[in-house]
Amino acid sequence: MFLEYLNIVLYDLLKIAALVVPVLIAVAMIVWVDRRVWGAVQLRKGPNVVGPFGLFQTLADALKYIFKEVIIPIHANKVIFIIAPIVTMSLALIAWAVIPFSETLVLANINVGILYIFAVSSLGVYGIIMAGWASNSKYPFLGALRSAAQMVSYEVSIGLIIINVLLCAGSLNLVDIVLAQKNIWYAIPLFPMFVIFFISALAETNRPPFDLPEAEAELVAGYQTEYSGMMYALFWLGEYANILLLCALGSVLFLGGWLSPIDAYPFNAIPSPLWLIFKILLLFILFALVKAIVPRYRYDQLMRLGWKVFLPFSLFWVVLTASFLYFFNLLPK
Amino acid sequence: MKIKFSRILKIIFLSEFVKSLYLAFIYIFKRRATVNYPFEKGPISPRFRGEHALRRYPDGEERCIACKLCEAVCPAQAITIEAEPREDGSRRTTRYDIDMLKCIYCGLCQESCPVDAIVQGPNFEFATETREELYYNKEKLLENGDKWEKELAHNIKVDKSFR
Repeated sequence: MFLEYLNIVLYDLLKIAALVVPVLIAVAMIVWVDRRVWGAVQLRKGPNVVGPFGLFQTLADALKYIFKEVIIPIHANKVIFIIAPIVTMSLALIAWAVIPFSETLVLANINVGILYIFAVSSLGVYGIIMAGWASNSKYPFLGALRSAAQMVSYEVSIGLIIINVLLCAGSLNLVDIVLAQKNIWYAIPLFPMFVIFFISALAETNRPPFDLPEAEAELVAGYQTEYSGMMYALFWLGEYANILLLCALGSVLFLGGWLSPIDAYPFNAIPSPLWLIFKILLLFILFALVKAIVPRYRYDQLMRLGWKVFLPFSLFWVVLTASFLYFFNLLPK
Repeated sequence: MKIKFSRILKIIFLSEFVKSLYLAFIYIFKRRATVNYPFEKGPISPRFRGEHALRRYPDGEERCIACKLCEAVCPAQAITIEAEPREDGSRRTTRYDIDMLKCIYCGLCQESCPVDAIVQGPNFEFATETREELYYNKEKLLENGDKWEKELAHNIKVDKSFR
């Protein structure tokens, strides 16, 4: 009985490791891609010394962070200060559990997958708020407040965008959502929503042009100001894991997840996880390009965009989608 | 308030954003402006004022005659010279120190030198791990001169007509 139980636990742990380790490696690679693309747009080379094409740059950086001293400010709330990066990092990782890499290749095929991702990414704000508050310093505090307000605002419009997809797919299960896109990817009929999802994802992950929480000119480094060494690296990993997660979510919701663009021979032959990885990479390169070309938004502009433009527009589109589906009898069974 | 219709269209279709995205995409395939520094280096002018060196004549005799013009002209007072007659009666330095941390690399020592003894060479990669290593003495400067003689002689020859 006990052995059986142990067996199940070990098997699950193995499955989790099989997911988390590739995700962490992907995060390291994606940081490299980010820096390379950013450099390329500015006619620079980017990291190209450590390893082939500089591929191991992120590993070298991580090693550097591990050997650095972790400084805890004397006035900081030590427990929360230490927990905050761990929360950010682990929340960014656990959301990956429901991302389907193929019809069967999914760690937790739960029926409320999309709600789960939404809940977990909402919780991500806590890591930032905790970091800002526990640092007991002005810049981190202001940065954390900004970040929290920003993430909460854009989560609302992301929620409404997801409702659009759910209306079309008729399921909260991510596998079902992908399978519902067999005929047409939702990026085509819901193109405006895809664009808004992309922009909201930028805001959600504190990427430029919405990187106000870390606006170095005014807030030093936002909520990360007091962090150093491995704890800073955890924030940094968490941030990129989050970006990767939103890219994955974008490809699952709008770009047909693991489905190949054309259901014909040369495309069929490529294994489905590769298609998903390819789509994630494509979205991420778009993220990196955007980082290179846009200036930072002012705070009030950011809030205006979130509440006065995206929210009404996505709400309107929900109504539009719902009525379209209803009148043309296209509602999913 | 009158809002142009075309402007609204521009905003809705993010036309400027798409344009800049296209531009960024094109720039990815352009030639890089980077010089891959430790592996490739940019061109250096023959007048480049880098690390100091004391030169010798081709027969191995040091050029410096301890006239102390460089010491006098040095605006940062980085040069210290002591001189005595040598056994054969010629006037030579017994001490020639340059504090590379005081030096402002203005090149006045090189300009003032009547025998082209003290020169500033093309080397700029002489960072050290301790401060003391940058207090150059006569041996170090002569060693530099021997090491860079080929480049130094070439630079002086090329730049001669402008001096």
